[in-house]
Amino acid sequence: MSTSEKQGNPEIRPFWSPLAAGIALGLVLLLTFVLSAHGLGASGAATDMVAGVGLQLAPEATRANGYLGPMVADGSPIGSWMTWEILGVAIGALVAAFTAGRFRVQLDGARSVGTPKRLIATLAGGFLAGFGARIAGGCTSGVGLSGSAALGISAFVFLALFFATGMIVSRLVKGV
Amino acid sequence: MFPLNETGMLSGLLCGILFGYVLENAGFGSPVKLSAQFKLTDWAVFKVMFTAIVVAAVGLWLLRLAGLMRPDSIAVPQAALMAAAVGGALVGAGFAVGGYCPGTSVAGLFSGRLDALVFIGGVLLGTTGFAVFYGTTLKSLKAAWLIADGDTFTDVYAVPEVAVLAVLGLALVAVFYFGSWFERRGSGTVTAQQAVEGAR
Repeated sequence: MSTSEKQGNPEIRPFWSPLAAGIALGLVLLLTFVLSAHGLGASGAATDMVAGVGLQLAPEATRANGYLGPMVADGSPIGSWMTWEILGVAIGALVAAFTAGRFRVQLDGARSVGTPKRLIATLAGGFLAGFGARIAGGCTSGVGLSGSAALGISAFVFLALFFATGMIVSRLVKGV
Repeated sequence: MFPLNETGMLSGLLCGILFGYVLENAGFGSPVKLSAQFKLTDWAVFKVMFTAIVVAAVGLWLLRLAGLMRPDSIAVPQAALMAAAVGGALVGAGFAVGGYCPGTSVAGLFSGRLDALVFIGGVLLGTTGFAVFYGTTLKSLKAAWLIADGDTFTDVYAVPEVAVLAVLGLALVAVFYFGSWFERRGSGTVTAQQAVEGAR
């Protein structure tokens, strides 16, 4: 490690401590429950996007699909609470990264595992997470975080298997 | 009386902006920081998640005690345990391989990471794949090990909510205690400087 790295770039502000970030995230989650009666999520926005875009590109197939059909019965789900929320996540993260000097355009992981492997790993990881989130009815945010705060039994099952599988797979595959 | 059942644009944008702001500030836009949780060298993911779970769960409980929150008024995931187990395993595997989960990939992209954009593409493909293959097998998977009596330990096993919260509080202390122990043993947690420089 070079001297400049040890001292750090003063324009890059440190992350919040896990305790501070956790309290802040808990208060945001509580506010979300108070406002909307449900928690935070992410993969639901992907589902709304797929259903909405599907309705545009292949309306008959989308309406006939057993999973997406019911979601588009009342029109496109783009514009749902979840799609606005994920747009908000993008804005919030952008503001946080910019104001803390942490915005940098890069292909993270390209240097450690090589560009082709990184692209395959991140695409495959996204596919697994997207498919798995539809089975569980949500992802780390919707089931793991929000479901646990609502004390749902399935949320704790989700977290246990999420952690166990993640630990095993991270030992078998180096994707970053 | 809460909740307000505000499910419009402003409510979504407000909650999302705060969520994204906190995620990035926690370091969760970085796949290096995120995947270090599974290598047990940086426990920020579990420390932040468990703290947030306890803060929100206790907050909801206090609001109900004070009579400000209607009982049984918030969404609880259905106790479909097979779906939670299989889905949790797949999301965990995807997280380990790709370095993100669906929410953190948005934080990753908007802190400049193009690999996160590819992950998002994967999430959309995975979602589409699920819809295409949605049939008897996936339906029965989602319906297996379903607890019909309710969705929480309080509803199903009559465990008092205070006891559930106490166990969560103990789990939180354990995550911080053992997590910090592992962090001291390992190569150190991922700093903002290292995260911005990218994986090496």
